[in-house]
Amino acid sequence: MALLEISNLTVDFATYTGSLRAVDGINLSVDEREILAIVGESGSGKSVAMLALMGLLPWTAKVSADSMLFDGQDLLSMNDKQRRKIIGKDISMIFQEPMTSLNPCFTVGYQITEVLSHHFGGSRRSYNNRAIELLHQVGIPAAETRLNAYPHQLSGGMCQRVMIAMMIACQPKLLIADEPTTALDVTIQAQILELLIELQQSHGMALILITHDMAVVAETAEQVIVLYAGQQVEQRSVKELFKSPQHPYSEALLNALPERAQGKLLNPIPGVVPGQMDRPKGCLFNPRCSYAQELCRQQPPELQDGILCHYPLVAPKPDLDVRTQ
Amino acid sequence: MNHQLIKARDLHKYYAVKSGYLQPSKSLKALAGVSFDLYEGKTLAVVGESGCGKSTLARILTMIEEPTSGQLSIDGIDVAKTTEKSIKKQLRQTVQMVFQDPFGSLNPRQKIGNIIQEPLTINTNLSTNERHQKVLEMMELVGLRKEYFQRYPHMFSGGQRQRIAIARALILKPKVVVLDEPVSALDVSIQAQVINLLIELQQELGLAYIFISHDLNVVRHISDEVMVMYLGKPVEQGPSEAVFNTPQHPYTQALLSATPQAVVDGKRQRIKLTGELPSPIDPPSGCAFNPRCQYADKDCQIIEPVMELYGDSKVSCLAVAQQRIGQLKAS
Repeated sequence: MALLEISNLTVDFATYTGSLRAVDGINLSVDEREILAIVGESGSGKSVAMLALMGLLPWTAKVSADSMLFDGQDLLSMNDKQRRKIIGKDISMIFQEPMTSLNPCFTVGYQITEVLSHHFGGSRRSYNNRAIELLHQVGIPAAETRLNAYPHQLSGGMCQRVMIAMMIACQPKLLIADEPTTALDVTIQAQILELLIELQQSHGMALILITHDMAVVAETAEQVIVLYAGQQVEQRSVKELFKSPQHPYSEALLNALPERAQGKLLNPIPGVVPGQMDRPKGCLFNPRCSYAQELCRQQPPELQDGILCHYPLVAPKPDLDVRTQ
Repeated sequence: MNHQLIKARDLHKYYAVKSGYLQPSKSLKALAGVSFDLYEGKTLAVVGESGCGKSTLARILTMIEEPTSGQLSIDGIDVAKTTEKSIKKQLRQTVQMVFQDPFGSLNPRQKIGNIIQEPLTINTNLSTNERHQKVLEMMELVGLRKEYFQRYPHMFSGGQRQRIAIARALILKPKVVVLDEPVSALDVSIQAQVINLLIELQQELGLAYIFISHDLNVVRHISDEVMVMYLGKPVEQGPSEAVFNTPQHPYTQALLSATPQAVVDGKRQRIKLTGELPSPIDPPSGCAFNPRCQYADKDCQIIEPVMELYGDSKVSCLAVAQQRIGQLKAS
């Protein structure tokens, strides 16, 4: 059985101008020791979906799902107190901005031991030792002295390591990393990604990696979900996706990369992700899709074999007879 | 040969840093000897980790700050030697800048039209109508619709805002545009739109770009020449093709191998860079890169390497000079 199983997750936000659907029917399942990547542009709902899983959304959000099972337990039906026992212990999350997600008023050591004392209890000395051990594990030199450092005394890469130390403190079964390297330099990014994968393998964790960087997906993940405007448009193994994307959006995302450009100009996707007010009729991607047909403009597609498209692309090249107008 | 727009020779910039009460102040070497030439219609990319002096270089080129020492000529005029205000004003108009964060660089209380025409109001004596006309022309050039003139920045997405910032930079008809991480805050699909716009504008107007970025995939695509910086110093400098296909300096090799590639077949050998950028207040002796370099030996801790030409590009490395280095396979 899968470690995490979510089916038909939907998140609505109540706003002044009406209800906004940020996540629209996402299904995902993560096995133990699996790395799943979730990609999409900003505003595609990738962070919101994971925050909904963690129960970290504000009260304006209305989360509904057919099922949300973690390790056999139903997260939806349990009360807050029971849920807090799982969140932070068995499921933990790393956020995008390492500098802002640590509390500037407390030392790094305090923030790590807080997790330990909350979930395990024990003496202060025991979790101080554990904190030092954790800092060693994530590759922070002179860990003993760093316990008394404040976040502003550390660099971005170091802060992210501290965040990771905090999150693996309880040996979670599932780690969610929300754009863990976007704010970091390439060399530090490589170090952090390597560390995450190393920890994932040594601790036997499952890892959900949220990112907008296709290159990071290619190098780390096994399974990938592509989101567009809150909808899951394609779900496949990374190898297949990169070889022959079947949804036009996935294909367009890959083609927009500079390394796939032919000649001097790149292949951008025209337009922007639709907002609350300008949701198109039919398929949400149709105004930006180069293959859109009349049917796409009229009728929203249904999910088939993990692909949300009326005319999925046929590998390796699209079937031109169907598509050219 | 194209017209030379910027000539920089051995630029240095030091900042004084207080180290405590009654302690002598230390100097932070933000730039320690940068030289390059920039020609019309060309793009020079500056890459490196944060804290390597990329942005300080941008501030010096746009004359926001003066270099501590070194020579900087813009459009044939030596900046340090000119005292006349009108010429300096002219030079400032020649070099314009686009900033990294399109959400922070536009005043939220001003309309788009006003934001774009502000440089004209300050620097020219055009009438309101003429300014208006020029702004509309510029908006069309960067792909903004006319009716946006009366709108506010919050009504636009990141990509559109970056277009506004580009329009503002181009309105004074500069010859050089300094682009400080212009696409790093944007999504891939929008990033491609903005890069295409920059390339088209360059071809149309013959602009020269200084393209500051840490995304090597973008740099590889857009640049003619690349300068890799480490701790305020260029370590490798040369034509884009040479630097990317046959990187010679160990730091360039490490940077390239750390950049993720959107290819799934086969794992690449990755050079591990341990540690982080040392402090520019007291940089390591000898070669600044030696504590993180896999080829470093005793000489590297003592002797400071100088830029020398090897093959097509200039490299400052003792290991390269003494041929103790294996080349990274071209990807």
